[in-house]
Amino acid sequence: MTDSTLVSTTINGDSIEFACPNDETLLDALRNRVGLTGVKEGCGTGDCGACSVTLDGRLVCSCLVLGVEASGREVGTVEGLTTNGELHPLQEKFIEHAALQCGVCTPGFLVAAKALLDKNPDPSETEIRYALAGNLCRCTGYDKIVRAVQATAKDMRKAKKKKG
Amino acid sequence: MAHDQSYKDRKFEVVGNRFKRPDGVEKVTGKARYGADTFAPGQLVGRILRSPHAHAKIKKINTAKAEKLPGVKAIITSKDLPDLTNGDIGLQNILENCMARGRALYDGHAVAAVAAVDEQTARKALKLIEVEYKVLPHVTDVDEAMKPDAPLLHDWIFTSGVDPKPTKPSNIAGRTEMGNGDVEAGFKDADVIVEKSFKTGQTHQGYIEPHACLASVNPDGSAELWVTTQGHFSFRNTCAALLGLDFAALKTTSSEIGGGFGGKTHVWGEPVALALSRKANRPVKLVMNRDEVFRATGPTSSTSIDVKIGAKKNGTITAASAELRYQGGAFPGPWAMLGCMTGFACYDIKNMKAVGWDVVVNRPKSTAYRAPSAPMAAFAIESTMDMVAKEIGMDSVDFRLKNVAREGTRAPYGPIYGPIGIEPTLEAVRDHPHMKAKLKKNQARGVACGFWFNIGGQTCTDLNIGTDGTVNLTVGTVDVGGARASLAMIAAEELGVPYDRVRVNIGDSASLGHNDTTEGSRGTFSSGMATIFAARDAIDVMKERAAKMWDIPVEDIVWENGVARATGKKHGNLPTLSLKEIAAKSHNTGGPIAGHNEITADGAGNGFASHICDVEVDPETGAARVVRYTVVQDAGKAIHLDYVEGQFQGAAAQGIGWALNEEYIYGEDGRLQNAGFLDYRIPVCSDLPFIDTKILEIPNPNHPYGIRGVGETSIVPPLAAVSNAIANAVGVRMTQVPMSPQRVLAALDDLDNAS
Repeated sequence: MTDSTLVSTTINGDSIEFACPNDETLLDALRNRVGLTGVKEGCGTGDCGACSVTLDGRLVCSCLVLGVEASGREVGTVEGLTTNGELHPLQEKFIEHAALQCGVCTPGFLVAAKALLDKNPDPSETEIRYALAGNLCRCTGYDKIVRAVQATAKDMRKAKKKKG
Repeated sequence: MAHDQSYKDRKFEVVGNRFKRPDGVEKVTGKARYGADTFAPGQLVGRILRSPHAHAKIKKINTAKAEKLPGVKAIITSKDLPDLTNGDIGLQNILENCMARGRALYDGHAVAAVAAVDEQTARKALKLIEVEYKVLPHVTDVDEAMKPDAPLLHDWIFTSGVDPKPTKPSNIAGRTEMGNGDVEAGFKDADVIVEKSFKTGQTHQGYIEPHACLASVNPDGSAELWVTTQGHFSFRNTCAALLGLDFAALKTTSSEIGGGFGGKTHVWGEPVALALSRKANRPVKLVMNRDEVFRATGPTSSTSIDVKIGAKKNGTITAASAELRYQGGAFPGPWAMLGCMTGFACYDIKNMKAVGWDVVVNRPKSTAYRAPSAPMAAFAIESTMDMVAKEIGMDSVDFRLKNVAREGTRAPYGPIYGPIGIEPTLEAVRDHPHMKAKLKKNQARGVACGFWFNIGGQTCTDLNIGTDGTVNLTVGTVDVGGARASLAMIAAEELGVPYDRVRVNIGDSASLGHNDTTEGSRGTFSSGMATIFAARDAIDVMKERAAKMWDIPVEDIVWENGVARATGKKHGNLPTLSLKEIAAKSHNTGGPIAGHNEITADGAGNGFASHICDVEVDPETGAARVVRYTVVQDAGKAIHLDYVEGQFQGAAAQGIGWALNEEYIYGEDGRLQNAGFLDYRIPVCSDLPFIDTKILEIPNPNHPYGIRGVGETSIVPPLAAVSNAIANAVGVRMTQVPMSPQRVLAALDDLDNAS
């Protein structure tokens, strides 16, 4: 049996504890121990971005992070994007713009797009394309994904201006 | 009940719009459950041991050490999957592909499998299984495999389609020939003849979700399979046949599917998971990693193709011929035949001949990949078309239009075309503003066309109306990319209810009659047709119920815009009865209201597309980049505009990846060297521009709404569209895809050396 560590962490704002084998990835821990299967494995080698989460606000591939590394830190997953039953504007726009077909890459794209807009509320098309270049989508050709992110950024800027 | 399948022009209220998909919220919140996202009480983790050799005799498998590892619950080899195929060679091949039987036929071929209490134990157990191999000579290249002295894969393959039948086995599984007229005479009439040979690399469908399933077999022979698949009915049938189970006893549920593109039409790990579960008497979850997906599933054929086209100076093609060699991996397939059928399908050519060779090599068993076999043939033929146009000094679009197939033209594979869209797509390309847009330095434009058959097939659909007036539609085709939305729109259109009143469910294998696999762009065509007919059945029921409620003859009732209306002077004062009102009273008028339809949906309309591609080539590095792209395709009738556009865009993106980057690379040792997304590079967001689309609607006469499949056709033109653009940009004709920077650079160097 592999040695395990008791991990105390914050996931989507909730305090969570779980025993994690020391060689287990954060991706596997989130899926199999915490039950957050919105985090997907597409490759397990950091090439596809389907497992994108934030760790203390920084975008990472959870397949390249060990579960034990989450100790004392804050993890954000797709399951945490919705607040008080309200979809995040990105989630709304992805549906509205048909930015998903099969949908398996969508959680990763949403987390990565949110990380982009948190840092850069007014990205150019090129900035969006490069920020999302670590997330593979095989269905859409990215067209409607980029448009959904552009539309979200525009709406969020408007809403912020209004709020003033 | 028989329904009229023929197209009727009508004004649509719901169809042809853009609605939010009903499964959208689940998919953007992470709640949607894909193949790996479910769990069963007491489940074990399954893992597969794979051959590291391209070709080897398996002398001995010793599982004793692995069995002793605590936590290991079952280990299987081919002995645990006895041959129950009764001589069915197709099933035998599937069985052998799922688990090697005495010989490993490719790098990644499954040789044993384990079920253990957790991932760590399963992985350890794999390392403890001892396999003694005798490595055999291998062959991975299609042309090499055809040589008389090539290493032989199977002693039972005697080339079919040649006369006399060969007396010796070979790697050439079959020869196909089709055509018309007199090709030799046609070439004699030509003013210009261009002959060229092409090669295409092997590509993978590249769905982001690896294969995954959860299998549970009980000692009484009942079983359940949860699986990511394009066809849970065919998976059920195949797995049940291989395991010796009754079809009815193996309830198979399709999970949400994270991409398929043809790659999830056939079983790989599922029979293995079922066999592990049977042996361990516990549920087994088997999820492939990406390395396994590349090495052991999917890919499409690599090819080698010769094309010869002759034309008059006025642009009329006098003769065309092609010889197409496709490798199907370790088992025979229909791939070269499909290349022959599709290659010249856009054109009306008086004298045409296509010869195909289906070949086996030491690579994973080829599977359908979106319009399977057509992109390679189109790459070779559409490239040659441009070369001929150039030779005779004619615009390449005008040259295509001069020879274009129309209604009444005989297709290369036999039938006479009905109304088809190739000419309108080419005219739309010719007249598109993209064609007049200015190009910058090192940029140029290319055009190419593509064809795909589209299919219909067996379909079974239920429609149930709740007493609150909402509708459950249950279909047996899977939702690969928005089908629930399209089918809800069709049901809403027929019934006359708002779109959001309809909920679409993908029925499991125990809940509906057989549905063919969701392939061949058949989902919306076939299930759409069955939905229309099921809704019409339900409307007939509702008219009968209204007749009862009003106590008038049913003949005096019509259904319009979601309500029953009494006709004639006698009943003129009766108010209408809505679907909701009729449903609310259903318990008093005869019970639940439902419609049902089972049909073999014949008459799929052919799909045609023409594409415009602008590339920029860096002469220093040879790197080509697509800077603008337009897809024009005939949809027959577009149901949900977003998801039709999405199919065009996604198909074009896959084609662009195939054209520029994607390729299986095998080493001298016959092992796959790039089994991961880092080295097998599919297009990323920053590689592509926006992909413009133009939907044409030439109704398919064999569908009530005029629908044609739209999923596949647009992967066909991009290889040649990109190549034609590169040729126009830098003056080199690329004859091999992918047109990687090093290949383009080498071609540019050759050009420099020649001048």
